[in-house]
Amino acid sequence: MATKVLAGVTVEVNEEGFLVNPSDWTKEIAAELAKEEGIAELTEAHWKVIDFSRQSAGTTGAAPTLRGITSGSGVNTKELFSLFPKGPAKKVAKIAGLGKPEGCV
Amino acid sequence: MKKIVILGAGTAGTMVANHLTRLMDLNEWQITIVDEDPIHYYQAGYIFVPFGKATEKQLMKQKKNYLPSKVRMLQTKIELIQPENNKVILQDKTVLDYDFLVIATGCDIYPEETPGLGEHEWGKSIHSFYTLKTAVALEEKIRNFQGGRIVVNVVENPIKCPVAPMEFLMLSDAYFTQKGIRDRVELIYATPNSGAFTKPVASQLIGDILDRKNIKVEEDFYVERADPDAKKIISYDERELEYDLLVSIPVNKGADVIGKSGLGDDLNFSPVNKSTFLSDKFANIFVLGDAANVPTSKAGSVAHYAVDLFGENFKRYTEGKELEEKFDGHANCFIESGYGKGVLLDFNYEQEPLPGRFPVPGIGPFALLQESPLNHIGKLSFEWMYWNILMRGRKVPLAPTMSMAGKWTNWEKRFNIA
Repeated sequence: MATKVLAGVTVEVNEEGFLVNPSDWTKEIAAELAKEEGIAELTEAHWKVIDFSRQSAGTTGAAPTLRGITSGSGVNTKELFSLFPKGPAKKVAKIAGLGKPEGCV
Repeated sequence: MKKIVILGAGTAGTMVANHLTRLMDLNEWQITIVDEDPIHYYQAGYIFVPFGKATEKQLMKQKKNYLPSKVRMLQTKIELIQPENNKVILQDKTVLDYDFLVIATGCDIYPEETPGLGEHEWGKSIHSFYTLKTAVALEEKIRNFQGGRIVVNVVENPIKCPVAPMEFLMLSDAYFTQKGIRDRVELIYATPNSGAFTKPVASQLIGDILDRKNIKVEEDFYVERADPDAKKIISYDERELEYDLLVSIPVNKGADVIGKSGLGDDLNFSPVNKSTFLSDKFANIFVLGDAANVPTSKAGSVAHYAVDLFGENFKRYTEGKELEEKFDGHANCFIESGYGKGVLLDFNYEQEPLPGRFPVPGIGPFALLQESPLNHIGKLSFEWMYWNILMRGRKVPLAPTMSMAGKWTNWEKRFNIA
């Protein structure tokens, strides 16, 4: 497994750059992962989605799907795509330090 | 008599009925199966229909011919499940009591979930092949297609048989080449995934195969709506893709009755333990096949490996023993790639598809993640196996859990691309 320095901390990441240990996650790491995904700054709207996703993963054990995010966080699909361009479910999962959303086989 | 009720007599339900008839003591247990449709469809054959390589009639058999005579078959619609009362209400007002319920109601396409899709152009410039009816309609369209842009679009995951859209494109490439008009046909795969497949190695290797066949991939394309009059699909991030023929894989959802009975997630797939198929909510309900929300492919091969392990495990459970967490998400997919060749994938929950040989390491005869004529023959012979072995509940000499033997973890070196 590869390691990487994010926000001054060495963390394990998988081949797609997802954190291996969700417990390594910090808000600073989130900001750096967001930059890797082309999001220069995490706004309040971004955090609403990230916080919801971490909460949801805490209960279900897995990163929420796109549908899970839109129905649970109150942010609609269109907004979600403007906040996290291209694959939002995958980007949110990555920035929130969660595994890749299941169900995408 | 104790009662087992199976809902759905498709691939998974039929296999469960056959396995349980063999395993359970029928002096003690009564097995009932309910399905409103008398026809058992060979769904793995749908992909051949649009190219005139399989007919409607070939893919239909009578469900009752594949169910053991000792199983009671009721042909009626399932109205509601009342899991708190251990009851199933049928459309003809019959009430079935059960000690154990096995849900195998599968999944289906819902074009109406996407604006513009299932409207006036459905069946004209917008088609699908995920049901026998749509596959038959598409055959005529493909036969008369004179050139232009074909866009294959997956609306949302998960879908039944996630490799079928790519198969469709590869078979189109071969079909139009043989017809002599490939230069006039543009083939595009618009997918919500960030590549041809979700897992990196398969995505790269299948991506290369698509590339060689001049099939373009429009990645991260999450369709918001179709504009049937302007003949284009529009993504949430406002990319527009024009088409002459749209082959859509609409949203796949579990049966409405699952949602109505409070047993489903957002898409009416039923949450279960992914190793045992026991419902998250009720200790006497199991969900098998496409109806379950397990994170592996929705495919007959998965249902087969799953049911193989489920039978004995279920029997133990009815004897008061603990369920063994056995199922690993094992899936095989034969992908038709055209010109009499195919690609084979073998993977599970943890292990992504890798190149190699299957099932005998080093020998095969099947090649994993590479095109080979034998893989195509494997796909064709699967039809015989399906009806005569799987649907009879007989054992296939393949381990139900996945093996790493024969998979090349150093595949880059073997392919000289390290």
